[in-house]
Amino acid sequence: MTQMPPLNDLYREIVMDHYRTPRNRGELPTPPAQRADGHNPLCGDEISVYVLINGDVIEDIKLTGHGCSISQASSSMMSAAVKGRSLEQTRELVARFKELMTSETADSSDQALRELGEIAALSGVSKFPVRIKCATLAWNTLTQALDDAPQQG
Amino acid sequence: MSYDVRVLRSDFPLLRRVVNGHPLTYLDSGATSLTPRTVLEAMDVYYSRHHSNVHRGVYQTAAEATEAYEGARADVARFIGAASPDEVVFTKNATESFNLLARAWGTAHLKEGDVVVLSEMDHHANLVPWFQLRDSHGITLRFLRVNDEYRLDLSNLDELLDGARLLSVTAMSNVLGTVTPIAQLAERAHAAGALLAVDGAQSVAHLPTNVATLGADFLAFSGHKMLGPTGIGVLWAKSEHWAETPPFLGGGGMISDVTLDGFTPASGPARYEAGTPPIAEAVGLGAAVRYLSSIGMDAVAAHELDLTAYALERLAHSFDERVRIIGPSTTLDRGGVISLDVEGVHPHDVSQVLDQHGVCVRPGHHCAKPLMRRFGLAATARASFGPYSIPAEVDTLVDALRDALEMFT
Ligand SMILES: Cc1ncc(COP(=O)(O)O)c(C=O)c1O
Repeated sequence: MTQMPPLNDLYREIVMDHYRTPRNRGELPTPPAQRADGHNPLCGDEISVYVLINGDVIEDIKLTGHGCSISQASSSMMSAAVKGRSLEQTRELVARFKELMTSETADSSDQALRELGEIAALSGVSKFPVRIKCATLAWNTLTQALDDAPQQG
Repeated sequence: MSYDVRVLRSDFPLLRRVVNGHPLTYLDSGATSLTPRTVLEAMDVYYSRHHSNVHRGVYQTAAEATEAYEGARADVARFIGAASPDEVVFTKNATESFNLLARAWGTAHLKEGDVVVLSEMDHHANLVPWFQLRDSHGITLRFLRVNDEYRLDLSNLDELLDGARLLSVTAMSNVLGTVTPIAQLAERAHAAGALLAVDGAQSVAHLPTNVATLGADFLAFSGHKMLGPTGIGVLWAKSEHWAETPPFLGGGGMISDVTLDGFTPASGPARYEAGTPPIAEAVGLGAAVRYLSSIGMDAVAAHELDLTAYALERLAHSFDERVRIIGPSTTLDRGGVISLDVEGVHPHDVSQVLDQHGVCVRPGHHCAKPLMRRFGLAATARASFGPYSIPAEVDTLVDALRDALEMFT
C-alpha cells in the first residue's frame, strides 16, 4: 500500500489563494456569451462557465458554482489563464492540463510546467486520484462551452 | 454481560490497520461496517470445506452447501423475529430489495394513478425504483417532507395517505441519523388501507429489530452494513404478501417447471432468487447476525447511544459554532450517523485532511440528494459509528477537524 503524499502537495499556497479569492466570478449575458454547465455527481460540485468569444479569442470568461477547494481553485486558475487566449491556444492548454492530471509521477518536463504557469501548482492533484475529477471539472466544462459555441466566420 | 468494546475490537482485523502513520479511525460504518473475524472464518470454512452449488445437489458437499445457505436464512429470520425463514428472501443488497419490491410486488399490485408515499429523507435506493415504476406504469408519488428539526413532517400524513396503496420510508436516515416513528407510521398507513415498506439498511444494523412488532409489511436491508459481507441483502415480507408477489428476475432456481411453452415459478424464497445465489455471502451474513445476537442488539444500541451523546456534545462545544451538525442535536430518536457542515471547508477537503489523520469519514450527498437540497447543501462530511467505535475515536475526529479548520482559515 502506498502512503498518501503530504497534503502540502495538494494544497499549495497558490491553490489556496485562488480558492480563497477566486478570479472571474460571475455571469455574462447569453448570448452573446456561451454558457456550459458541469457537475460532478460524486461530490455534488457544480460549475457554470460563461465564455465570450470574439473572433478567435476568448475575450471574457466568468464562472459560477460551488465545490471543493481543488475544483474552485482549478476553475479560477483556468479562467485567469484562458482570458485573452486564442481558441487554439486554449484547447492546447486544456490538453496540457489534462496531461498534467494523468501523469502519475507528475514529473512533466520543466518546459511543460513552465508553459502552464501557476496552473502547474495543481500538479500535486495527480497524486490524489480521487481529486482529479475535482480539478478537471472546470476544464471539461470550458471545452463543452467552446464546442457548443456557434462557429464564427 | 457487560459490553467490553476492547475485547470486541480485537475481533475486527481492520482495526489494526495503520494509515498515513496513524491507527485507522474508522468512522464510516454508515456506508459499510467492518467485518469481524468470525464472518471471515465462516466464509473461509464454507469455501474450504463445503463449497458447491445449492439445491438439487445429491452428493455430500452439495447437501452441506444447501444446509449452510438455508441455515443462514434461518439465522436471519431469527435475528429479525420473522415468523418463518420463508419470509426472508436473499438479494444482492438493500437496493436490489427495493427493486424487487417495486418491480415484482409493485407491477402486480399498482396500476396507473395508484399512489405510493415516500419521504424526502429517503435514500435513492427507496426513491429511484419508484420513479422508474412511475415512468413505466404511471403510478403517482407523494412525499413526506422533512421539518427544520430534521424529522419527518407528519402534519399532512393522513392527507398523503388518503387513497395510497403503499408507504415506503426509512427507519433511520443515513444522513441525519433521525430515527423515524415506524410504529406510528404503520398504524396510520394501515388505517388508511396502505401497506408499509421500511428501509432498514441503517436501522437493522444498529437497533433491535423485531418484525413481529414493527408493524411493517416489508423490510429491506443490506448485509454489509451489519458486519456481514458485501453482495448479500434481504427483503423480508409477511408470507401473505409473498403469496401475492410474482417472481422478479427469471432463470434457473426460480422455477418449478419449464417447457417450450413457458415456465411455472417455484414457491418459497427460491421464487425470487434466480440463478446461483451468493452462497458464501449468505453464510457470512448468518455468522454476522449470530455474532450481533451474541453481543445483543440492545447492548449495541446502548453503546452507540452513549457514544453518539458523547460525539454530539464534543462536536457542539469544540469549534465555536464553526461546525454545524446537520441532524438532531440530542440522542432522542437518533442513531450514530452525524453529518457535519464545516464553515469554510468543503466536505471533500474535510475528508482529505481527516484522512491524513487516519480518520475515515465520507463526503458527499450520501445518495440522498432530495434531502441535501432540502437543507441547501451540496454535500456533508459524515461520521458514523459501529458497535466497535469508541470515544477515543471521537476525540481523534475532533482534533482532526480542528486541523482542517486551521488549514482553511
Ligand atoms: C438508508 C439506506 N438505504 C439504502 C441503502 C442502500 O444500501 P446498498 O447500497 O447496500 O444497497 C443505504 C446504503 O447506502 C442506506 O444507508
